[in-house]
Amino acid sequence: MEKCYHCGDSCLQVTIDFDEKKFCCNGCKTVYEIFSTNNLSYYYDIESSAGATPKIVEGKYDFLENSEITDKLLEFKDTSIQIINLYIPHIHCSSCIWVLENLNKLNSGITNSQVDFPKKMVRITYNPKTISLKAIAMLLSRIGYEPTISLEDYTTTKKSTNNTLLYKLGVAGFAFGNVMFLSFPEYFDLASSAQNGGEFWLNKYQDIFRWIMFTFSLPVVFYAAQDYFISAYKGIRSRLLNIDVPIALGILVLFLRSTIEIILKWGPGFFDSLTGLVFFLLLGKFFQQKTYSFLSFERDYKSYFPIAVTRILKNGKEENTQVYNIKRGDKILIRNEELIPVDGILLSKHTQIDYSFVTGESEPVTKVSGDKVFAGGKQLNSAIEMEALKSVSQSYLTQLWSNSIFKHNKSSAFQSITDSIGKRFTVGVLSIAFLATIFWFFYNPSMALNVFTAVLIIACPCAIALASPFTLGNMLRIFGKNKFYLKDTYTIEQLAKIDTAIFDKTGTITTAKKNTITYEGYTLTKEEESLLKNTLRSSNHPLSRSLYNMLLEQNIVTLDEYEEHLGKGIIGTKKNATIKIGSASFVKNASTKEVNNTAVHISSNNNYKGKFVFKNEYRKGVSKLFKTMSNTLQLAILSGDNAGEKNRLEKLLPKLTPLFFNQKPEDKLEFIRSLQDQGKTVMMVGDGLNDAGALAQSNVGIAISENVNVFSPACDGILDATKFQELYTYILASKKAIKIIKWSFLLSLFYNIIGLYFAITGQLEPVIAAILMPLSSISVVAFTTIATNLLGEKLR
Amino acid sequence: MSVIYVLLTISIIVAILFFAAFIFSVKNGQYEDSYTPSVRMLFEDELVAKATKEKDTTNKYPTK
Repeated sequence: MEKCYHCGDSCLQVTIDFDEKKFCCNGCKTVYEIFSTNNLSYYYDIESSAGATPKIVEGKYDFLENSEITDKLLEFKDTSIQIINLYIPHIHCSSCIWVLENLNKLNSGITNSQVDFPKKMVRITYNPKTISLKAIAMLLSRIGYEPTISLEDYTTTKKSTNNTLLYKLGVAGFAFGNVMFLSFPEYFDLASSAQNGGEFWLNKYQDIFRWIMFTFSLPVVFYAAQDYFISAYKGIRSRLLNIDVPIALGILVLFLRSTIEIILKWGPGFFDSLTGLVFFLLLGKFFQQKTYSFLSFERDYKSYFPIAVTRILKNGKEENTQVYNIKRGDKILIRNEELIPVDGILLSKHTQIDYSFVTGESEPVTKVSGDKVFAGGKQLNSAIEMEALKSVSQSYLTQLWSNSIFKHNKSSAFQSITDSIGKRFTVGVLSIAFLATIFWFFYNPSMALNVFTAVLIIACPCAIALASPFTLGNMLRIFGKNKFYLKDTYTIEQLAKIDTAIFDKTGTITTAKKNTITYEGYTLTKEEESLLKNTLRSSNHPLSRSLYNMLLEQNIVTLDEYEEHLGKGIIGTKKNATIKIGSASFVKNASTKEVNNTAVHISSNNNYKGKFVFKNEYRKGVSKLFKTMSNTLQLAILSGDNAGEKNRLEKLLPKLTPLFFNQKPEDKLEFIRSLQDQGKTVMMVGDGLNDAGALAQSNVGIAISENVNVFSPACDGILDATKFQELYTYILASKKAIKIIKWSFLLSLFYNIIGLYFAITGQLEPVIAAILMPLSSISVVAFTTIATNLLGEKLR
Repeated sequence: MSVIYVLLTISIIVAILFFAAFIFSVKNGQYEDSYTPSVRMLFEDELVAKATKEKDTTNKYPTK
């Protein structure tokens, strides 16, 4: 089989020879022509067959002529220069980067284009006098890089990336390095302090060194560390002793005591430890963030809905309008492959709608004139007209997002393992500090204040605060490598706690692509089989296509007669044999009682023969996964589908797994909530927008995705479908990660005890603090990193 | 004035220069996309070999 030079697909139907290369279709050939005539054939040298077959739908980007819409999309607008950021899902290799950054060779109106590969975005600067935005979108589509412009681009204001943490880290690191340098003279002059003579040189200049260190520590305390003060203040106000309370206390005491020490010329202060502490803490915070810029965990329907639709005015004219402007009673035009934005009534004769976005059901539904169509379906036929019944935000699907659960931030309500330790830790440290002070107050009052501050300084839980971010941050990366993408580190902690797992059926435990087809009924004769296959060949219905592909190869015969009854079935005639293929009512001429399975019925010469039943194929290892999970977790299936698969599921899954069918999106959400009210920690595994409510309500919402780049509802984690059978392994790995954190707590407690010994006995020198604090931090970081990497090795 | 003041001033000025360079690089968006430049850098090398006949490399890879 020949492979297409442009897109790499096998040339199935036709092979086009052009310029000594093979192409699978005219589209691919045209792109090659565009590239080769514009000196862009280097595209094929970087990465072979990297292209995509261009899909051009006339009028798709007409809305870009509407300046009200484009104003919202443009990053910068001027009469002679405009900048637009476009999301192009096809960006996947270095060839893509190269060709998109050379767009100026294709059109001189484009002055500059820059690709952001991880985000799959291209930033195009162009001259609107030479090329319009619509022309750019069309140009990109023509070369196979179709930009996706969704409703989300319209509503969200341009968000600037938040670099505050990076700045703070920079400030702390800068100050830490310099203070360390300035402390060096003091470190080397340990034995000879100013009181007993010491070095002349140092005694003379120590003030200037100390005051410079003080100056460097100011931005660290008041800028870089401000989050800890704010968080500690908030914690105390809501009567919660989180881990930031002892940290903030430690920083404050370090700063005040050091300042007093240098004012009264007692000693050099602890500015090195202070800046180092803040730097390490911020480093942990930085490491904890791992963002997958190509994934989004906050998607709602807006990312999938079109920004504009074509409205047909009363006088028959077409007009592009923003979808929010659609009102009840408006007539709208939906083209091929476009999403239906509002609930409405179909006015055109018939169409097929793919509801896989909404329900996860892969099979298109046929609708005829007068039927209700719901928002979220993709229109698969040629352009249709429909009348809107509701506005966008009131449609059946989109209403789900008005539920308050979507405004609720899960991680803020969750008390992390570090915070729960922090509470006990703070109480412990404060009582030790007071006890030691009382002791010294009677024994040697001049030392009391010294000991009190020393305890608070050395007990500052730097290592404890680092254990969790480094363990979980590293775990996040390891999961990411294993195609399990989590939103944040809280998700791992929650995952380790779950006791109930709820699964959606279609698309989650079944595959979206393949169907298993079984035949029930009388055996067909050879002639009948041949006729069946040849009749199916002419039909474009998806069920016909998959049945056609499954049947044995037959000689091609031309039919004498062929009829297609839309939404019902097809009839093929050859000589005196007639075959009827289609729905039960069409084939049997009688309405049978509703069968839950999807089936295609066959009759030959009006004698009913049997039916082909389409069944969902379950993912590999479903049965095994459920069996192992049922040992420790409570399981249940929540399906939006009918109960047709009940018997098969019962066989496949462990006994007494509860199965619920015909669940609406709100039902799923309520079901999860009722479980949580019983005190359960629930994980929801789903895939479609209909699971979005349940995913948001659950403690951990995991979306299964066949292609992580394409679609996933708002969730806490995205699991690649190929790794579905590993889900339980990942849960166990999260539990182990929590154990690692607990071990490193012990390790850092050990350092704290050593430090406390020096503090309580009143011999805490700045140099001891300066050694102990980084040492404990580094060993905790090393321990957690090595332990999690070992854990990660086992996952592979 | 002692030489130590001069040395300290110089060292702090150098440190602040590097710090300013860091702030500038963050502001400039160098930490936003850490992958694409690594690929882009490789193109230019191969292009030089090819671009001998097509000398139209006007402002091909501007950095914003």
